[in-house]
Amino acid sequence: MATLPQRFDPEQCQAVTREVLAAHRDQPGALLPILHDIQDRLGAVPPEMLPLIAEDLCLSRAEVHGVVSFYHDFRASPPGRQHLKLCQAEACQSMGVKALTAELQSKLGLELGETREDGSLTFEAVYCLGNCACAPNAMLNGELHGRVDAEGLLALLAEQETQA
Amino acid sequence: MSEATMSAGTLTVYVPRDATALSLGADRVAQAIAAEAKARNLEIKLVRNGSRGLFWLEPMVEVNTPAGRVAYGPVKTKDVPGLFDAGFLEGKAHALGQGLTEEIDYLKRQERLTFARAGITDPWSLDDYIAHDGYRGLKRALSMAPEAIVAEVTESGLRGRGGAAFPTGIKWRTVAGCEAAQKYIVCNADEGDSGTFSDRMVMEDDPYVLIEGMTIAGLAVGATMGYIYLRSEYPHAEAALTATIASAYAAGYLGDDVLGSGKAFHLELRRGAGAYICGEETALLESLEGKRGTVRPKPPLPAIEGLFGQPTVINNVISLASVPIILDKGGAYYKDFGMGRSLGTLPIQLTGNIARGGLIEKAFGVTLRELLYEYGGGSASGRPIRAVQVGGPLGAYLPESQFDTPLDYEAFAALGAVLGHGGIVVFDDTVDLAEMARYAMEFCAIESCGKCTPCRIGSTRGEELLDQIIVARSEGPQPGRIELLKSLCDTMLGGSLCALGGMTPYPVMSALNHFPEDFGVSPDTTEAR
Repeated sequence: MATLPQRFDPEQCQAVTREVLAAHRDQPGALLPILHDIQDRLGAVPPEMLPLIAEDLCLSRAEVHGVVSFYHDFRASPPGRQHLKLCQAEACQSMGVKALTAELQSKLGLELGETREDGSLTFEAVYCLGNCACAPNAMLNGELHGRVDAEGLLALLAEQETQA
Repeated sequence: MSEATMSAGTLTVYVPRDATALSLGADRVAQAIAAEAKARNLEIKLVRNGSRGLFWLEPMVEVNTPAGRVAYGPVKTKDVPGLFDAGFLEGKAHALGQGLTEEIDYLKRQERLTFARAGITDPWSLDDYIAHDGYRGLKRALSMAPEAIVAEVTESGLRGRGGAAFPTGIKWRTVAGCEAAQKYIVCNADEGDSGTFSDRMVMEDDPYVLIEGMTIAGLAVGATMGYIYLRSEYPHAEAALTATIASAYAAGYLGDDVLGSGKAFHLELRRGAGAYICGEETALLESLEGKRGTVRPKPPLPAIEGLFGQPTVINNVISLASVPIILDKGGAYYKDFGMGRSLGTLPIQLTGNIARGGLIEKAFGVTLRELLYEYGGGSASGRPIRAVQVGGPLGAYLPESQFDTPLDYEAFAALGAVLGHGGIVVFDDTVDLAEMARYAMEFCAIESCGKCTPCRIGSTRGEELLDQIIVARSEGPQPGRIELLKSLCDTMLGGSLCALGGMTPYPVMSALNHFPEDFGVSPDTTEAR
């Protein structure tokens, strides 16, 4: 079994998971809301918690693992302190996001899908943020930014890093 | 009188809270306006309205004047002191002035039915919604027999706006005709297509209209429970729906006894988890049930065996949001718009490389050329428009020679294209259509649910094949690979379980057919046909 990342306190994880499970006890088809709530509070769905969830919902561990691994949103460990998602879909491509991605990858020293070793930044692809008339688009730490360029995004990252 | 429409004597300033406006700095502009007013000892009322959808002007600030609302945009924080100096609170002239909002050509030439209130009201205010004809449809529906509500929707000619264009009234009639202890209304708000945001706009800029439409659907088919399945990429829509559903409950528009009618309708918001396939209706139902979002074979139809095995109406946001006006003004009023069998209006989303992108709600029948040049003003880059993709990642690429096609479901089908959810992505002449075809296969491979082989394996093989074609295209014709690509597309088209695998060949084949030179195929050969 994978070891818990440093940021996870096993007791806290268990407590949070049990609380979330109790809150959703009477909800039909509750697995996705449960996983979202856990991730909203812990930053990830720790793999160690899957047996607990499975037992509570009368599902097999394989079924719960199957759901967690199916959806792009759920992660086994928390993202970096800053989380940059850059849209790769058609409308953003029409406004040059391929070149922008290459430039950012080189300037950040990260490929799409990677997190810096010091945990300061996660850089990911996303497919459509619904702001396609103002492409290219990015989401930084949950905030949507339209008509982005490398200079602006790097400035935003620096600004938020000093705030953090 | 509602807060957002206070008399012209009050200095009211509107700064949108729509995600597009926010993504361009609307919050900072709103703060700057409030601070500047305070510094000048001016009392103003700041309303966070929805967006009108004139996105090249966002953040678009409006003020109330005796002549009507006057618009300024795009406003940056640095423009704020100058706007005050120029007297914008009285609607006076400024370089960013756009005149009376309602007279802006782009907006004036639209037919706003579903989006009648968007940008005008404070979307979170129930009072404002009611003051602008909200809940009139529900009140009329409550006085009607369920069959009469279904008949009104059938009469309107409304077809599913999610993309499949199935007649909404017929879907409702099927569910109404089923006997079951529990039926459901499910709203598909998993708007994953690139080039679309009309669902998002409804949910952020006029959320009560969706809640009202779902409630009417519940009355019509005898469903007491509704779910909105919202994609996780839309946090602002989630916030708006969470707040407005709570307000609707508190005011008795949702609950066990809707407006004292004795009829129940409950509504719950569910968040998706980043899977494009969950926009496919049966995958969405699986996901709502807490499972992997894999596609179910049909039959059984969701109308008969849907959510938790019960009869279920599953409609797109725009379809449901169009229901209140149909019930308010009648099916005959709605179907008076449009052409042929495409009746009513379509919220068109003009996006990508376009000078004036935004939302254009028009009766069916407007041509692409009118949209691209008269509304859109040509490309954002100033270069010639080479291609447009209509209908999302599964829609065809259309060349300039097809720009006179009217937006009509049947006219598009005749071209081997689709209208889909009404999204138009514009590309200038720097686009490489072989790369776009490759991306279509790549996207399908990333998002395939894996249930059927043509989609799961075919998309990966297609991506590899297009990689080879792109590498070798400068070295002369490669008829073998082109034949193989066509054959693969044929297999995916005919053999896939749902539209993801079944329609990925649309962008691929249209790119190959209309832009063969990008694939190393000479345009004057028939090789690509």
